[in-house]
Amino acid sequence: MSTTMNTVGRPTAPVATAGDIPATLTGARGLLQDEALIFELGGWNKTGVDLPEAADADEGLSGLMRDTAIGLPGLSEPEAVRHYVRLSQKNHAIDLALYPLGSCTMKHNPRLNEKMARLGGFSDIHPLQPVSTVQGALALIDRLAHWLKTLTGMPAVAMTPKAGAHGELCGLLAIKAAHEAAGQGHRKTVLCPTSAHGTNPATAAFVGYSVVEIAQTDDGRVDLTDLAAKLNDQVAAIMVTNPNTCGLFERDIVEIARLTHDAGAYFYCDGANFNAIVGRVRPGDLGVDAMHINLHKTFSTPHGGGGPGAGPVVLSAALAPFAPAPWVVHQADGFRLVEEAVDEAASAFGRMSAFHGQMGMFVRAYAYMRSHGADGLRQVAEDAVLNANYIKASLSDVMSPAFRDGPCMHEALFDDRWLEGTGVTTLDFAKAMIDEGFHPMTMYFPLVVHGAMLIEPTETESRQELDRFIHALRLLAGAAKAGEVDRFKGAPFHAPLRRLDETQAARKPKLRWRA
Amino acid sequence: MRFTKDHEWVALDGDVATVGITAYAAEQLGDVVFVEVPDIGKTVAQGEGLAVVESVKAASDVYAPISGEVVEANGELGDAPETVNAAPEAAGWFAKIKVSDPSQVEALMDRAAYEDYLQTL
Repeated sequence: MSTTMNTVGRPTAPVATAGDIPATLTGARGLLQDEALIFELGGWNKTGVDLPEAADADEGLSGLMRDTAIGLPGLSEPEAVRHYVRLSQKNHAIDLALYPLGSCTMKHNPRLNEKMARLGGFSDIHPLQPVSTVQGALALIDRLAHWLKTLTGMPAVAMTPKAGAHGELCGLLAIKAAHEAAGQGHRKTVLCPTSAHGTNPATAAFVGYSVVEIAQTDDGRVDLTDLAAKLNDQVAAIMVTNPNTCGLFERDIVEIARLTHDAGAYFYCDGANFNAIVGRVRPGDLGVDAMHINLHKTFSTPHGGGGPGAGPVVLSAALAPFAPAPWVVHQADGFRLVEEAVDEAASAFGRMSAFHGQMGMFVRAYAYMRSHGADGLRQVAEDAVLNANYIKASLSDVMSPAFRDGPCMHEALFDDRWLEGTGVTTLDFAKAMIDEGFHPMTMYFPLVVHGAMLIEPTETESRQELDRFIHALRLLAGAAKAGEVDRFKGAPFHAPLRRLDETQAARKPKLRWRA
Repeated sequence: MRFTKDHEWVALDGDVATVGITAYAAEQLGDVVFVEVPDIGKTVAQGEGLAVVESVKAASDVYAPISGEVVEANGELGDAPETVNAAPEAAGWFAKIKVSDPSQVEALMDRAAYEDYLQTL
């Protein structure tokens, strides 16, 4: 037997420590280092690249050459790589855990999408290439457009808007063009419910409309009486989200459309929550005239994967002639792009973007659709609604649902009545969730619900993961009611950064780094 | 001092009314981080947007509780929006309006009526 085994002098089992965990000497936490700004890391005394001395540039600049350093950090390659990897370790992502942000549909992004988006025929092409060399890409745009029209029951789709709010702008510009073409350009009002996404009134105002709020009923829906009273020959459009931001289906949606059309106005539907009804309800059947579809919500790649999203807008027959160029047409000899505002595009209101839309998102959304199939997409909506109702049912005895009666759609909405008297606010509760390993839900939205907590689990979470989430929230709710205020007021205690001072950040923002 | 259901207060001195938001409104808003006061000379009708107040939670319009012409605005709030939280019904005033119809002030709630109204919310 050898006497030099590696156990000699080296304890192989942990030794129990008593008392408080000591703070580290350097401020690092385990192998997680405290991260400085990149400008604080780098300096002029080092560089990661070896460039030849610049030729005498002064001559051509007529003495205008700058005489001060521009202050770019000098970093070696490993320093630059480590900086960004360390930052990414401090971040949260859908690939780390459930991400219950209501109204954001933070579903899993299948890896298949990424593989497809990286195919050279999609990723290595240029928007100004001759169309004869990009027939495959145009075919994909055309087929994606076909799926979007089929799923929504609408005859036309504008593919180029780059995100939800850009889609809203596209829809309202089409509505404005349609009114002007019909001699109805005097209509200057847009109606929005009190629970609307903030982008709805913002878009209407941006287009030049004034916004009037529609009241909400006690059970969280559009108040039909108030809507009828506010519809008149000055109203250009209404903007309604369905399911709405309270996570409820607007059960009077057909009547809302009828009243709107009777008043000569158009019905814009905010399609942010399409995930709850995809494959089950066709907005065209409900009387919708225009709706944006967040490809980066309903069809995976949540929040655009951190990059650009895509917000195609489906249009009714009344609005289709005003759709913005360009679009793809399928002919016997292949696919072509309609680019000029002549012939079939003579009444197009203009363009929404320089080129043809967000190709990377198109590929991901189409891959998602084709891998799920029509029946799979229907199950997406069913499971998303089932998961949200499971959360609502599992937490209703310890938290207060904003609308207790009846099922919710794809998101469960709680208010802060259950926190009354505990000294804990919605914000405190959300911050304490971070310590327990979960990204907070959407909070204080919709504005119509006091201290709102909006939880959208999406269909991609398993029963096991939902149970883990519910267990954590039940423990926290118990702690809040047991008077453990300190656990909440200072939270998060275990995150890379502690709670930020939002007030000072808004009152005295530091927008620029200075040495 | 008189009050509206939208939580503005009005204090009339001669024909000039000082206008602000109530302590209840300031507490509901949370920490105020930005205030946009009206330009002097602006004419407002009762119920029209007079100012904008933004907190860490929300941005809200402040409505003119009475009709008239803006004769003074509280420029201090630009640099010190926290005054709205510290003294909503005093130094945190928003604007002074030359009142075109004093009877509009009389028709608003007095403090007792406003406090009863708050109980119903």
